Amino acid sequence: MPSITSVSGRGLPLRGDDLDTDRIMPARFLKAVTFEGLERHVFEDDRQANPAHPFNDARYAGARILIVNRNFGCGSSREHAPQGLARLGIRAVVGESFSEIFLGNASVLGVPCFTADRTAVEQLQSLIERAPDTEIEARVDTCTLTAGPLRMEARLLPGARDAFLMDRWNPTAMLLDDFGAVERVAKSLPYVSGF
Amino acid sequence: MPTLFHKVWNAHKVRTLPSGQAQLFIGLHLVHEVTSPQAFDMLRQHGWRVRFPDRTFATVDHILPTTTMARPFLDVTAEEMTTALERNCREFGIPLFAPGGDGAGDQGIVHVIGPELGLTQPGMTIACGDSHTSTHGAFGAIALGIGTSQVRDVLASQCLALDPLKVRRIDVNGRLRPGVYAKDVILTIIRRLGVNGGVGYAYEYGGSTIDGMTLDERMTVCNMSIEGGARAGYINPDETTFAFLKGRRFAPQGTQFDRAVAWWRQLASDPDAPYDDRVTLDAPSIEPTVTWGINPGQSIGIREAIAPTADEEALSFMGFERGGRVAGTRIDVAFIGSCTNGRLSDLEEAARVVGGRRVASHVKALVVPGSQAVRRAAEARGLDRVFTKAGFEWRGAGCSMCLAMNPDRLEGRQICASSSNRNFKGRQGSPTGRTLLMSPAMVAAAAVAGEVVDVREMLDEVPA
Repeated sequence: MPSITSVSGRGLPLRGDDLDTDRIMPARFLKAVTFEGLERHVFEDDRQANPAHPFNDARYAGARILIVNRNFGCGSSREHAPQGLARLGIRAVVGESFSEIFLGNASVLGVPCFTADRTAVEQLQSLIERAPDTEIEARVDTCTLTAGPLRMEARLLPGARDAFLMDRWNPTAMLLDDFGAVERVAKSLPYVSGF
Repeated sequence: MPTLFHKVWNAHKVRTLPSGQAQLFIGLHLVHEVTSPQAFDMLRQHGWRVRFPDRTFATVDHILPTTTMARPFLDVTAEEMTTALERNCREFGIPLFAPGGDGAGDQGIVHVIGPELGLTQPGMTIACGDSHTSTHGAFGAIALGIGTSQVRDVLASQCLALDPLKVRRIDVNGRLRPGVYAKDVILTIIRRLGVNGGVGYAYEYGGSTIDGMTLDERMTVCNMSIEGGARAGYINPDETTFAFLKGRRFAPQGTQFDRAVAWWRQLASDPDAPYDDRVTLDAPSIEPTVTWGINPGQSIGIREAIAPTADEEALSFMGFERGGRVAGTRIDVAFIGSCTNGRLSDLEEAARVVGGRRVASHVKALVVPGSQAVRRAAEARGLDRVFTKAGFEWRGAGCSMCLAMNPDRLEGRQICASSSNRNFKGRQGSPTGRTLLMSPAMVAAAAVAGEVVDVREMLDEVPA
């Protein structure tokens, strides 16, 4: 598992507040015992309803950085949503804000979710809509983002940022490092040890 | 002096991780068939075992058909997912409340059976691969919805790596008027604070209205915390909580129960606890509430008009207009159930509205108990006959039409009056289907009238 200090690539601007995980990954595609093939169903119903949906737009094919607005990924805790995005090649998401469960799920997959001010996000979306080939660099270490002439702050929670930099973003091994400490806490809890 | 959130967090904190996040011990892990199979596969790949199988419990809810529980299910994927969970639970030693053909079991919606069996207790940290895990906060637990990789983490280590949350105290004071329910309270809170207002927060609900609520009602409130963006919502444990838990199968018994109560009691937030934010609502001002849009924050009182500022995308999807009303909207489907409103008291309130009336001829109406135990208790009270005589379908326990993972789903642009929790586009199974969220009593009233109505018009005079 490598550390992640920055993510570079082209962008995919997806406008709209409160885009929920049912939109990102409709529930019928959760009926499976693996995550395989989920990349084919990202925003499937929205894409069907709207041929001009950014995920249908060939200009954004191969984009690695998704640019969204407020409260992206709200609703269901389904990891299938960031799994689909990651399997499609999305390596970072930039937005005004994220649902915490979505942000946590994406982080564990090595997909940082950067937050930025509303106007900065909209400027970035407009820039990419005008010039889809613009190369974006989102830096985890400095929490900055550059795209053509645009330079902006792109924030991460300190814990999440350090986890990416220290290649600890997939935490299972770290959580098992000191299992003695886990057992001590368990024993100290009356409902575990018996009232 | 700390809040319950901080007391429980600190009691469960194992250490500060090198990343700066907290390693938090999880006291109860609830597992279901949709978000767990990949997690078990990851355990097998790494050769990890489940470290606390006795603190882990599983059931099947999302994908079940509720018309018949007979195995194998006609839906081969549903059968495959259920079989996978059964195999995983056997292999890793996890108790499973399995779907049974005879209806005599303990299976049900994971957020209904946890409390029902006394698994959910004050002061616990609870995790489940489902966003409505916030429900369990009604008991004074810190209950968090997680994704599948985190399900793997909890299975393998009984821990999560987390950043702490801020705490917003939400006081609701005064008496709710007749025909106004816990569902209306939480819809009103979400409307006021927004669907993203709770991001970064745990919501602590209190005040005289909440204090006076039953656990069923408190669960409805906490359940939808996540719809307001708050990953957790909780209510300080009190005598009502302790009385609910006494005698339940997994609750402490005998003198242990008394010692448990002493521990639970001191977990409540101290009177001088500091909060990161405070909000107050006036209960008598809350109206029976319905959603008009495509997220749970887009709601109005039943006698109110849709605001001139209403979102265009939501209006055009739903077919409503600015200045228009939801009252009078003809419905196609009425759904009573879900982890929000599928408990016995929900069915009782709905049945009280139905009385001897009949479901309108053009409406498909279903009542789906939240658990097999709820179904049995409702049948013992004759509620099934009230519903079936009126023309409702009386189903087995499961998530049913709350989400599109089983045979119950909307078709085309159907409109559903629903006691569930999400009105997202496509949520109920048709990409163009439309959901109107409301209380179970309001759904019952809509089923009978064939259109959205003010339930108060149908309720008998209730003494104030």
